[in-house]
Amino acid sequence: MSITHNQRPEGAAVGRSIPHESAYAHVTGAAKYTEDLAGALSGVLHAYPVQSAHAHARLLRLDASAALQVPGVRLVLTAKDIPGVNDQGAKHDEPMLPVDEVMFHGQPVAWVLGEDLEAAKAGAAAVAVDYEPLDALVTLGEAIAANSFHGIQPVIDKGEPAAALAAAPHAFSGEFEFAGQEHFYLETQSSLAHVESDGQIMVHASTQHPSETQDIVAHVLGVDAHRVTVQALRMGGAFGGKEMQPHGYAAVAALGAVLTGRPVRVRLERARDLSMTGKRHGFHASWKIGFDEHGKIMALAAQLTSDGGWSLDLSEPVLTRAMCHIDNAYWIPNIQVRGRVAKCHKTSQTAFRGFGGPQGMLVIENILGEVAPKLGLSAQELRRRNFYVPGQDTPYYQPVRHAERLHRVWEKVLESSQFATRREQIEAFNAAHPNSKRGLAITPVKFGISFNFTAFNQAGALVLVYKDGSVLLTHGGTEMGQGVHTKVLQVAATALGVPLSYLRLAPTRTDKVPNTSATAASTGSDLNGAAVKDACEQILARLSVLAAGELEAEASEVVFADGAAHACGRSVDWKTLVSKAYFSRIQLSAAGYYSTPGLHWDLSAMRGEPFKYFAYGAAVSEVQVSRFDGSYQLRRVDIVHDVGDSLSPLVDRGQIEGGFIQGAGWLTLEDLRWETKGPHRGRLATASASTYKLPSFSEMPPVFNVEFLQDAHEDGVVYGSKAVGEPPLMLAFSVREALRQAVAAFGPAGHSVKLASPATPEAVFWAVQEAQEAREGTGHVD
Amino acid sequence: MASEAAGTPGCTVTVNHQAREFTGPPHANALDFLRGLGLTSCKEGCAEGECGACAILVARPDGERSRWTAVNACLLPAAALEGQHVLTAEGLGTADEPHPVQREMAERGGSQCGYCTPGFICAMAAEYYRPERAEEQVAEAPVHHADGPNGFDLHALSGNLCRCTGYRPIRDAAFALGVPEPEDQLAQPPTAGPAATDYRRADTPAGQPGRYRRPATLSEALRILAEEPGTRVVAGATDWGVEVNMKFARAQSVLAVDRLEELRRVVQTDDHVELGAACTLSELERALAGRIPLLSLLWPNFASRLIRNSATLGGNLGTGSPIGDSPPVLLALDTQLVLACSAGERVVPLHDYFTGYRQTVRRPDELITAVRIPLPLAPLVSFQKVAKRRFDDISSTAVALAFDVEAGLITRARIGLGGVAATPLRATATEQVLIGQAWSGETLRGAGGILAAEGTPMDDHRASAAYRQAMLGSALERFFAEQDSGTGAGA
Ligand SMILES: Cc1cc2nc3c(=O)[nH]c(=O)nc-3n(C[C@H](O)[C@H](O)[C@H](O)COP(=O)(O)OP(=O)(O)OC[C@H]3O[C@@H](n4cnc5c(N)ncnc54)[C@H](O)[C@@H]3O)c2cc1C
Ligand code: FES
Ligand code: FES
Repeated sequence: MSITHNQRPEGAAVGRSIPHESAYAHVTGAAKYTEDLAGALSGVLHAYPVQSAHAHARLLRLDASAALQVPGVRLVLTAKDIPGVNDQGAKHDEPMLPVDEVMFHGQPVAWVLGEDLEAAKAGAAAVAVDYEPLDALVTLGEAIAANSFHGIQPVIDKGEPAAALAAAPHAFSGEFEFAGQEHFYLETQSSLAHVESDGQIMVHASTQHPSETQDIVAHVLGVDAHRVTVQALRMGGAFGGKEMQPHGYAAVAALGAVLTGRPVRVRLERARDLSMTGKRHGFHASWKIGFDEHGKIMALAAQLTSDGGWSLDLSEPVLTRAMCHIDNAYWIPNIQVRGRVAKCHKTSQTAFRGFGGPQGMLVIENILGEVAPKLGLSAQELRRRNFYVPGQDTPYYQPVRHAERLHRVWEKVLESSQFATRREQIEAFNAAHPNSKRGLAITPVKFGISFNFTAFNQAGALVLVYKDGSVLLTHGGTEMGQGVHTKVLQVAATALGVPLSYLRLAPTRTDKVPNTSATAASTGSDLNGAAVKDACEQILARLSVLAAGELEAEASEVVFADGAAHACGRSVDWKTLVSKAYFSRIQLSAAGYYSTPGLHWDLSAMRGEPFKYFAYGAAVSEVQVSRFDGSYQLRRVDIVHDVGDSLSPLVDRGQIEGGFIQGAGWLTLEDLRWETKGPHRGRLATASASTYKLPSFSEMPPVFNVEFLQDAHEDGVVYGSKAVGEPPLMLAFSVREALRQAVAAFGPAGHSVKLASPATPEAVFWAVQEAQEAREGTGHVD
Repeated sequence: MASEAAGTPGCTVTVNHQAREFTGPPHANALDFLRGLGLTSCKEGCAEGECGACAILVARPDGERSRWTAVNACLLPAAALEGQHVLTAEGLGTADEPHPVQREMAERGGSQCGYCTPGFICAMAAEYYRPERAEEQVAEAPVHHADGPNGFDLHALSGNLCRCTGYRPIRDAAFALGVPEPEDQLAQPPTAGPAATDYRRADTPAGQPGRYRRPATLSEALRILAEEPGTRVVAGATDWGVEVNMKFARAQSVLAVDRLEELRRVVQTDDHVELGAACTLSELERALAGRIPLLSLLWPNFASRLIRNSATLGGNLGTGSPIGDSPPVLLALDTQLVLACSAGERVVPLHDYFTGYRQTVRRPDELITAVRIPLPLAPLVSFQKVAKRRFDDISSTAVALAFDVEAGLITRARIGLGGVAATPLRATATEQVLIGQAWSGETLRGAGGILAAEGTPMDDHRASAAYRQAMLGSALERFFAEQDSGTGAGA
C-alpha cells in the first residue's frame, strides 16, 4: 500500500473544525501539567536555585554549611555532585552547574532541596558564595566591539553583490539593532523526577524535546539512555523556549531524586524563569542595498550579528535560519549575507517561534519600509514589485515553489481589507486630525518549512489497536497548545476510517517512541501526522486482507470508512473485524515512521534545499497614533494565510491569530532591558510580569479577520496540509509598518521614518517628534 | 473566632461547596492553599497579580446581597478566606456538565495550551453573573468596543494574560454568553451568613508563626496597632501579597482592615464626598457611578478588574509610592485624608501627606480611614496615564488636571503629578501661573515648559527621563485638545 498523503476521503475527520482535544479538560481545570503531578506523590522535595549576583565572575568559594542547618533543608547540589558529564546542552559549552566561573547574572550556582519551597528558599539565601568579579560584556554592542563571538560564521554568497551595489542607481545603507523577546509561556519551566521501584529514572518534564531531555539527564547522571524515561504530558506554552532550556532543570530534578531517593520537583518561579532562561535573539544588522530605476532590488549586502548570550545553545541554527529568511518574499539576484553569534554575559538565547526567521525578515522589511519614501514609492508598491515569481530561486539556491501563491495572498487581502478605500479614508482622517494619525500597511510572509538540519526531519509513532477495536496512539510530538494532538487524532481517524471516539492519545514518552526530534520548526503535525498515518496504514494493510476474505473482494478494493471496512457493496464493522483479526493472529499494532524526502543542505556553502515547501501569507494592519505620548491602538487586522488544506481549521485559525499577536508583542510592546550600569550590571531589569509586559486584551484588534488561502493543497504533505505554527508570527510586520505610516503622516510628504524595535509608545513618540521637526524644517506647519 | 475555641485547628473555608480547613501560616496565599487541596486548576503564572492564571471566585458582600468576585489567589492571604465561599474552575462545571462559560470557551477555541484558561473561566464567570450586566444588555449598540452585545465588559478580563490565543476567541466566547438560567444556583451567590461574622477574626492556629487578625471594629484595630508595634496592616493585599511572593516579606502580626465597616462607607455631604479607605476600587466605582468624573477616568486605567476587586485607596496611599495612580488624581481633587489612631482623628491635606520616597506623615499607629473630596468639583478634568501597555500597566508618568474656567478665564487649576519625583506632587508653580489666564490652546501650550520643569524624573526600564519630561511638557496642550474635541481622546 503506497502512502498517498493527498487524498481525503469524503466526510474525513481531517478538515473538520473541532475544539482542541483537551479543550474541556482545560476549561474545567481537569487538565494536568507537570507541576500538578507532584500532589500525587509523597515526600516530594522542592528545589530552589542559588543565583549568581554577577554577570561574570570567578567562583571562589561556595559554602553550603549554613544552608544545611536551615530546618527542612535536605541537600545542596553543586557541580561536585554530578556523577556524569556536567553539561546541560548539546555543545559541551554549558555546564549545568558552574565549577569555577559564572557567566551571567542569575546563573544557578547551586540548588537547594527542601521539604517545602519555604525551606528551600531560606536555604538558598543561606548558601555563602564568594565571587571575584570579572569584566563582563552585557550589550551586543560591547560584544561586537570586543570581537567576542562563538560558533560558526556562515556566509551566503550569490551573484555579484559588490559590483551590483556599485552599479545601482539607488543605493542605501544603514544599521539596525533590534530586541529579542521573552517566551513567557504561562507555565514556567517545570520538572518532576523520581526513581521507580525497578530503578528506572522517571522524569516528567515540560519539554518540547523529550528525547534530548532524556539524553542529557542520562549523561549528567552517567547512565545509559535506557535507564531514563521522559514524559511530556502537555505544556502550558513553549514557543521554542522548551526546546533546549528544560534539560538542565530536568537533570537537576533527576540528580536530586537519585541522590535522595525521593521525588524532586523543580519549578521556576516567574522571576527565576525570566532571569535564568534563554530568549529570542536580539540582532544587530548592518546593510547596504541597491535598487534599479524601477525600484527593483539589485543587490543586498548584510552582516547579521545575533546576541547569543553565554553559551551556544541553538544560536547557530537560529542564525542560519535568519540568514535564509533575509529575502522574505523578495527576489534578490545578488546577495551576500555574513552571520555571526556574539558571545556575551547574558542568558543563553535560544529557539523562539520562527527560530531566527523573524529576525532575518525584519531586516529586509525594515529596509523596505525605511527606503520606500526615498525611492518615491509607496511601501506596498515597493514590496509588490520585488516579489518572487515562479522560476526564481532563493539566495541559497532553492527554487521558490509556489511563488504564485505570494501574489494570490497579497491580492486577496488587498481586496478583503478594502485597502484602497481605507487608504483614502485614512488620508482624510489624517488631514483633519492634527494630534493623531492613522497608518495602514500590508506586508507579506514567505517562510520555509522543515528543520534546516536535515537529520531532524524524521518522526516515529506507535499505534495500538486493542481487541475491542479501541485505538491508542502515541507519537513523538509534544503538545504545547499548538494542537498537534488534535490534528494527529484527526489524521488517525481519517486513515483508519473510524470515528474520533474510538481513539485515545497517550502522553508523549521516550519509552513509547524513541529518538524523536524536537516538536519545533512548525513541523509537529507534518512529521508526526505522517508517522501516525504510516502506522495506521500498516495495520490496515493487514486488516484489508482479512476483510477481503470476509467481503469476498480483493484486498485492494477494501475501503475503511465510517467505522467499517467496505468492498463490493458489503461491509464489516470495525470492531468485528478487529476481533476477528485477533483470533486470526494478525498483528494489531504498528510502529510508524516518516522522514521528509528530498531535503539536502550544505552548511559550509549555505546552499541546498533545506525546506520541503514555503508557507505564504499577507496581512493588512491599521493603527492610530497619538502625538502627545506616542501611544497607539491596533484598529483592524486582515489576514490571508496559506495553510494548505487545513487539517483542523479551528486550531489553524488559533495559530494564526495567536502567532500574530505574539509577533506584534515582540515588535511593539515587549521590552527586554538589562542593567548596563551600576552594581547590578548584567541583571535583567525586566525579570517579572510587572516589568515585562505581554500583549493583553488591549492589544487585540477589535476587528480581526482571518482567511485561509483557497485551493492551497500542498502535495506530498499529510492530507495536503501545511505547517502553521510559526509563519503567522511574521504577519505582525504589518503592525510595525502601519506605525511607520502613521508616524510619517506627522512629517512632510515623503518623510522616511526610522523606527526602533520594539516600537514602544516612547519609541513612537520620538519618531513622531522627528517627523514633526522635519515638517517644521520644510516650513510646512498646520 | 476559630482559633479562640480551644482545639480548633485552623480556619474553615467553603471551597466548591465543601468545607475545607486552612492551617497554614498567615502569609500563605490562597493559591497554595487551593493547590494543596488538589484544586490544580488554580495556576501560578506570575505570583504578582499580573497574569490572572490564579483567578478564583469569592462571594463578597455587596449591600444586601453578595456577588461572585474574581480575585487573584496568588496575592490573597488564605487566612482572609475564613468563613467565605470560594469557587474554582473545578467547582463551576465538569467536562460532562460544563458551565456555560466553560462550554463557550471550549467550543470557540478559547484555550490552546490551557494554562491560562481556568483563570479566564473564573474572571469570565464573575462577569457572567454580574447583576448589572443583564440591565446593560438592554442598551442597543455597545457604547465601547470593550462592551459586548450581551453587556459583557471586556475589562473584566483585563487582568488575565494569554500567550497563545491572541484573545479574539476568548472575546467571542465572552460575547456569546447568555444570561444565567433561572435554575442556576450560582446566580444567587451564598449570602454572608453566620460565617460572615466569623471571618472577621481569622487568627492563625497556635504553633504557627505570626497572627492574622481581622477585628470587628475600628477601635479594636487601633488598639492592636497601638499596643503591638510592628503589626502589619493589610487591606486588599495587592501590594502586600507581591512583597510576600517576590521579596520574601513575612510578618509576625498581620492586621486585616478590609472589612472594617468604619472604613467602608461612601458618604456625601453638602461640601464633600467621603470615600472609605477600605472600600475596594470596584466598590467605589459602582457606588460613585460616575459622580466624580476624574475618578471615572482613573478606574479603567488602574490595574485590572481582578486587582481593583481587592485594591483599596487606603492601600494605594498607605504605600506612599511615587507611582501610585490615585495620588495625582486625588491631589487634583484637593483631597484630604482622615487619619485615626486610638487617641483620635486628624485630617491632613493630601499635598502635605507625602514627605519623601515612600515616606508620609502617617504614624505607624495610625490608619487612613477615609479620603475626603471637597465639593463642588471642577468641571474640566483630565487623567493622563502614560504606560507601555494600555490595560493594566504601571505608570511611567501620570498627570491629573482639574480646572475651573469662568468667562474664558482659568479661575482654578489643580494639577497632580505621579512618576516624576520621589513623591507624588502638586504642580503648584504651573497652577499659579495659569490662574487668571485665558483658557486657550496658546496659554496652555505656553505653560508647558513650566510644568515640564516641576518634575525631576529618572531613567528606568519603563521610560527615559527625557520622555517623562516631555509628557509633562505636553500635558496641558493635550488637556486642551481633549476638552476641545470633546472626545476625551484629543484626536
Ligand atoms: C498587578 C498589579 C497591578 C497594579 N496596578 C496598579 C496601577 O495601575 N496603579 C496603581 O496605583 N497601583 C497599582 N498596583 C498597586 C496596588 O494595587 C495598589 O497600590 C493598591 O491600591 C493597594 O491597595 P491594597 O488594599 O491592596 O493594599 P495592601 O497591599 O493591603 O496594603 C498596601 C500598604 O498600605 C498599607 N495600608 C493599607 N490600608 C491602609 C489603611 N487603611 N491605612 C494605613 N495604611 C494602609 C498597608 O500597611 C501596606 O503597607 C498594582 C498592583 C498589582 C499587583
Ligand atoms: S499567578 Fe499571576 S496573577 Fe496570580
Ligand atoms: S491558552 Fe496558553 S496561555 Fe492562554
